[in-house]
Amino acid sequence: MSGLTLVYLLVFPGFLFTAVLGLVVGWVDRKVSARFQFRVGPPLFQNFNDFFKLLGKETILVKDGLHWLFVAAPLVAFGMLVLVSAMVGSALFFHSGYGGDLIVVMYLLMVYSIMVILGGSSTGNVFSSLGAGREIKLLLGDELAFILVCLVPIVKSGYKLRLDELLASQAGAGPFIGSVSGIIAFLIGLLCIQAKMALAPFHIPEAETEIVEGPLMEYSGPLLAFWKLNRFMMYVIFPFLLILLFFGGFRLEGWGILWAVLKYLLIVVLMIIIKNTNPRVRIDQAIRFFWKIAAPLAFIAVILAVLGV
Amino acid sequence: MNMGWYKRRLAKSLWVFHVSASPCNNCDIEILDLLTPRYDVERFGIKLVGSVRHADVLLLSGVINEKVAPKVRRLYEQAPKPVFVVGVGTCPTSGCCFKNSYNTVARREDIIPIDMYIPGCPPKPEAMIEAIAKLMGVLNA
Repeated sequence: MSGLTLVYLLVFPGFLFTAVLGLVVGWVDRKVSARFQFRVGPPLFQNFNDFFKLLGKETILVKDGLHWLFVAAPLVAFGMLVLVSAMVGSALFFHSGYGGDLIVVMYLLMVYSIMVILGGSSTGNVFSSLGAGREIKLLLGDELAFILVCLVPIVKSGYKLRLDELLASQAGAGPFIGSVSGIIAFLIGLLCIQAKMALAPFHIPEAETEIVEGPLMEYSGPLLAFWKLNRFMMYVIFPFLLILLFFGGFRLEGWGILWAVLKYLLIVVLMIIIKNTNPRVRIDQAIRFFWKIAAPLAFIAVILAVLGV
Repeated sequence: MNMGWYKRRLAKSLWVFHVSASPCNNCDIEILDLLTPRYDVERFGIKLVGSVRHADVLLLSGVINEKVAPKVRRLYEQAPKPVFVVGVGTCPTSGCCFKNSYNTVARREDIIPIDMYIPGCPPKPEAMIEAIAKLMGVLNA
């Protein structure tokens, strides 16, 4: 592994950049949610305080649980997200097709969900198992729609899979959001992301009020800190992925920087608005939505993309 | 890690778990009031958590009777340390009118070490915020 790869993975645009930006954007989420409820909201460094506090607390291993899986799940999930952030980020910022293509990104994001399932079911806790089961169902629901959504930019770019080639074809022909199929795919993709991040209305796996954070219930201390950090890193990874797939990436010079920030904030604010204005749906409603509405719509978008609309 | 630095982080991020040790429900309703948007304890970093594994503060309400005493003890042992116990209301403070009841435990201190008491039957949400602020002051000192 070369030095540059390590810098990509650990500093920019991998772990350090994604984690710090994610914790700050997590604060934006909490603050905007607070303003929705006419509250003041937490201070800027709240998420950093939460993270460092959790790092210093005791880790309790459940007696009946599978200990190595319990410990490994959050760390492997963290590793997957670092890899995805480095791949998506280096394509966005350096236009380099470093490491892999869109299929690898989809695989790694699915491994993250599988780690949530394994971590939740390794404890032997009833609520954790329930949460893990719900995560499986939600994954079955949103994965088909998400793959179809990812197919639309692939088709529109002339069957390119590498992230930098997707960006290059958008630089030539304009962002994919400018077409009918692009708009449909973007909106479905936004809802899939809501489900993949377990945000309302799809926070079914860790519904705090009924199964108390589900898979995360038995986690404490540093391991919980990593789960929370994973959650905040996804606030960066998924919007960046949508920007890469549909908004034509960033152009980091002159007004391009402002546009980059605006594109990112647009997606994040849309996510926060969806989160704050929708109640939690039941698991059957979620699966019905994804299989009967979202996936057919995304399929139509794929057909439109093949027809060139 | 510098302990003072860590304690200041801890003071800014106290996650609260609600332990209901045979209360009359009066303090519980006031605790729910405390966590409404009107009082907005999130501005201090306080958050209600549903699992005791995530807790930094156990809000204990009610006089502890013989039936719940083992469970209260177990909840305290399940919480990851460092954890603080705040007794809400007159019941954890003095036993209130249930002090000489047949099923009230004789010494609450034997069941769970309470760090801070909030008297009142029930205490107002403002009093609870003041107590948490005092706990923060202890941690920041």
